[in-house]
Amino acid sequence: MKTVHPARRGNAKQRNGDLSRGLLLRLELTSDPGLLCAVRGAVERLTESFGFSAPDCRAVTRAVDEALTNIIRHAYSGRPDRPIEMFFRSVQRRANHKAAEGLEILLCDRGPAIKPDQLCMRALEEVRPGGLGLHFIQQSMDIVEYKRANGTNRLRLVKYIRAPKQGVNS
Amino acid sequence: MQISSRQLDKTTIFDVSGDIDLANSPAVRKALLHEMRDNRTPRVVMNLSKVRYIDSSGVASLVEGLKAARDVGTRFILFGLSTTAREVLQLSRLLKIFEVYDNEEQALAG
Repeated sequence: MKTVHPARRGNAKQRNGDLSRGLLLRLELTSDPGLLCAVRGAVERLTESFGFSAPDCRAVTRAVDEALTNIIRHAYSGRPDRPIEMFFRSVQRRANHKAAEGLEILLCDRGPAIKPDQLCMRALEEVRPGGLGLHFIQQSMDIVEYKRANGTNRLRLVKYIRAPKQGVNS
Repeated sequence: MQISSRQLDKTTIFDVSGDIDLANSPAVRKALLHEMRDNRTPRVVMNLSKVRYIDSSGVASLVEGLKAARDVGTRFILFGLSTTAREVLQLSRLLKIFEVYDNEEQALAG
């Protein structure tokens, strides 16, 4: 796994558009399942330092792990030597005249385009193995978007930091 | 991830440590199915107290174990779930499907 400092991103800008704004971390790795543990460790530390609550740190880590698992299993059919790029950016949104800070994660792979039926989630009422990864991603993140561009699958995940609930007397 | 087993009377206890993810969930699945289908052990207990993380493939392996247990009449028990492991079973609405205890003493007494 390769960690790339934002200032040394080289040709990545040309390949992936302007991703430099708010860039916190960029990872390049191969589709080796043995690297999932290392990515989870990096995401855990990043989400902690970003200011997420402990449950939200776990949620973002789980979503990234499941997204990578889907890339390895479905986009690359289990081949362990294919390229994956990940961009972690700080983003902001305005809602009700308040700014909310969020973490955007873009996962890019060069596998074949994903068919729409591959993005359908199965009913949770069925007790059977498999098909849970998409549920975990959807339940964990605020925004989940898929796009195919220039021969690349791009999965965009966003999680906003939730403002602490205010008590009646605060 | 490491997985080892202990025998207690008619019970097999699997002690698992580390993370259960795509890299190693097949090993969990293989161990469970072998114990149930080949050995026909009456009670199989999974000690997950040293498992920090379980992903969807790990959950799928546990579900396969549960289905195999029902097929052959084995009692399949989990104990020592971490916060993360409990969360994924709750998210997948499977927590109530499994027989879950807090610790080994309760699991063996249950």
